[in-house]
Amino acid sequence: MKKDIVSQSSLSRRSLLRGAAGAGLLLSAPGLIGRAHAQSGDAIRLGAPFHRTGIGASYGRWYERTANAALQLINEQGGINGMPVEMIVEDDGTDPKRGVEVMEKFATEHKVDAVFGHLYSHVVAATAPRAGELKMPYFLCSEAHTLASGAFSRYCFQPSITDVKSQVVSMAPWISNNLGKKITLIYPDFNFGYDHRDNMTAAIEAQGGEVVASIAIPPTETSFTRYMPKIPFNTEAIYHVMVGPAVLTFVKELGEHLGKNRPEIFGFIDSLEGVDMNIPQLEYLEGTYFWEAMPRYAQANQTEFDKFFREKVGVDSNGASLDDPKDIATYAHMFSVWETLFAMKAAMEKADYKGPDQKIDFLEAMESITGFEESNEFPQGDKLFNGKTHQSFGHQNISKVTDGKLDVVYRTTIEETLYPDETDYTQMSF
Amino acid sequence: MSLHSTEISSVKAAKAAEAEKGKDRFMIIHNGRLFALSLATLSVLFVLQFALSDYLVLALTRILIMSIFAMGYNMLMGYTGLLSLGHAMFFGFGLYAAGLSSYYFGTSLPVSFVIAIATSLVFSFIIGLLALRTEGVSFMIVTLMFAQAAYLATLYFSKITGGDQGLTLPTDARSFSLLGANFDMTSDVVRFNLAFGIFAVVLIFFFFVTQGPLGRLFTAVRENEPRTQMLGFDTYRVRLAAFTLSGTVCGLAGALYALMFGYIGSAFAGFHYSIEALLFTLVGGPGTLLGPLLGTGIMTMLIDRLSGITTAYLIIIGIILIVVNMWFPKGILGTIRERWVPWLK
Repeated sequence: MKKDIVSQSSLSRRSLLRGAAGAGLLLSAPGLIGRAHAQSGDAIRLGAPFHRTGIGASYGRWYERTANAALQLINEQGGINGMPVEMIVEDDGTDPKRGVEVMEKFATEHKVDAVFGHLYSHVVAATAPRAGELKMPYFLCSEAHTLASGAFSRYCFQPSITDVKSQVVSMAPWISNNLGKKITLIYPDFNFGYDHRDNMTAAIEAQGGEVVASIAIPPTETSFTRYMPKIPFNTEAIYHVMVGPAVLTFVKELGEHLGKNRPEIFGFIDSLEGVDMNIPQLEYLEGTYFWEAMPRYAQANQTEFDKFFREKVGVDSNGASLDDPKDIATYAHMFSVWETLFAMKAAMEKADYKGPDQKIDFLEAMESITGFEESNEFPQGDKLFNGKTHQSFGHQNISKVTDGKLDVVYRTTIEETLYPDETDYTQMSF
Repeated sequence: MSLHSTEISSVKAAKAAEAEKGKDRFMIIHNGRLFALSLATLSVLFVLQFALSDYLVLALTRILIMSIFAMGYNMLMGYTGLLSLGHAMFFGFGLYAAGLSSYYFGTSLPVSFVIAIATSLVFSFIIGLLALRTEGVSFMIVTLMFAQAAYLATLYFSKITGGDQGLTLPTDARSFSLLGANFDMTSDVVRFNLAFGIFAVVLIFFFFVTQGPLGRLFTAVRENEPRTQMLGFDTYRVRLAAFTLSGTVCGLAGALYALMFGYIGSAFAGFHYSIEALLFTLVGGPGTLLGPLLGTGIMTMLIDRLSGITTAYLIIIGIILIVVNMWFPKGILGTIRERWVPWLK
């Protein structure tokens, strides 16, 4: 009996080794195939490093769906400068190290014309310098202020979604005038949270208000009970940015602590992207307010462009997948992938781009663009694009939770989102 | 530092006799076949830069750096039998010491590199002093807790470290001059050859450590600590030496990564990287000199290739790890050593 087991075992081991060798050959094939395909002039090839796994996976899934829908439309319309557009997707694992590796893979193995689609700011921060070294046009679909602050290179652009600083600056007056002037900030104890803390504190003070408490919560926290007593009694409005899986616990414990006589509450939808608003755990948020770059729920005054965008991506009027009502989209952010692709198309057409030899022409054409009209290509709204800072500025929405849905109560102007330039990339060399 | 707790007269006599042979003995290379294999491996690695595609050379650069990290980890886990769950902390020490000195004080890259190695040595010695008071599961938990505290510290002091968003090293920190030669860290050729050079030094250094008396002491502690104590050795000091050596080399790898790729961020000090070092070592073969290189190469390329084919690549890698652990519990080279090539250690 024992002999049989050993015998079976060794035979299987051989099979395993053979299988491993075969798998090795198979695995090496994509690299060879990728190189065989990479010939300029026959197609525009775009690298898409999406967060397919890791903490940003729900965003990544919808970014990919949105990009596929946009590319299908672009190719149906004849591609870019008569060439079809191909997208090569790689998973960056929402990891900065892997983000850099994937950027290198796009540049040296797939030999793409440009890279787009990164969202999480730490992945962007690690990848952007490498994109500059590789001289690879790199289009962000993030909200990080790092680009507009001048920390990156002339190869990096953010032509669709507005950065955090701009979002906060534009909404502070409304918060101050409508919710209260004494603000308690609750934010994650890392950089993304500090961006909100610093920008919101400055913005609210500029409105004559004040931050009465600033509560930083470590990212590893799973219970928030001990932070609740830190909310001062004179708080008129709570401003919360709680990105992470513990957000449902946070809302529940906030409700238990504050009860019915709560101050006004304003939050960022980032925490609840991909989460159904109409669930018992989020009942306490009824009547509170959220920032949304693009409204998840189709509004009464829905534009034809929003309708078109939903139809093409496959999202219903509640912001859920047409195939599965429980699959909620990351609707407030994912438009940035769609619009970024059309912004790249516009710049490539302006430069009559045919291949990597015209890379500089393409980038300069992008810098010369001043904005985009609201359209099927830019369904979130019109944009003002600053060629010096490589950053776009668009309308922001403040929505109120009403009957488990988000109703837009205020839409900022683009002028409200502006702040003085902090850099001029056009002065840098390529 | 003597690793003996007592200097017994007979041992002293033996030492004196050995000292007479001193110079001759120094020239002896124990396990010459492994030394030859190491040199052959280095030769192949060097030549690969002319044979591989641009991307694979970049990938190999990264594999070499992460292999140094895994080799450092292997010194503790593989040779000394101490399973740490917090070695990302040492990688992070090196990364931040090199990166921050370069970012804030504008030190040249070689100076930043030396600062990082010295910092890692001091920190790993201090943490070793404390952590090695525990054993087994407690040691794993203590190292994990130290690492978690270090990781959270990088977030807490984000005004200095840049937190999770990290810091990008300035353009000035992307090149340096040494002995009249200019090294541009944005050049893929320079980067590969620097990584290769440092990897080669670490590999040869580890060859002499592991195949020499100190390495045999590490192995003795792993195999039978009470017996090693009975033979007159202070095993706490032996373990501390292994811990310090391991932490310093992991810090060296972190410094190399920071200076070569120009970015430092708290993610590199996270738990994920401690597990990576463990997995690379387990796959390649704990307690083998070349195991970490093999494990790092296989795992890195598996992730790279599979992630382009399927989103379920982590499941496949998980299954492969289960299979390796069930069928090759000593890793690939460990299994080969056990069955066919006993000198492969």
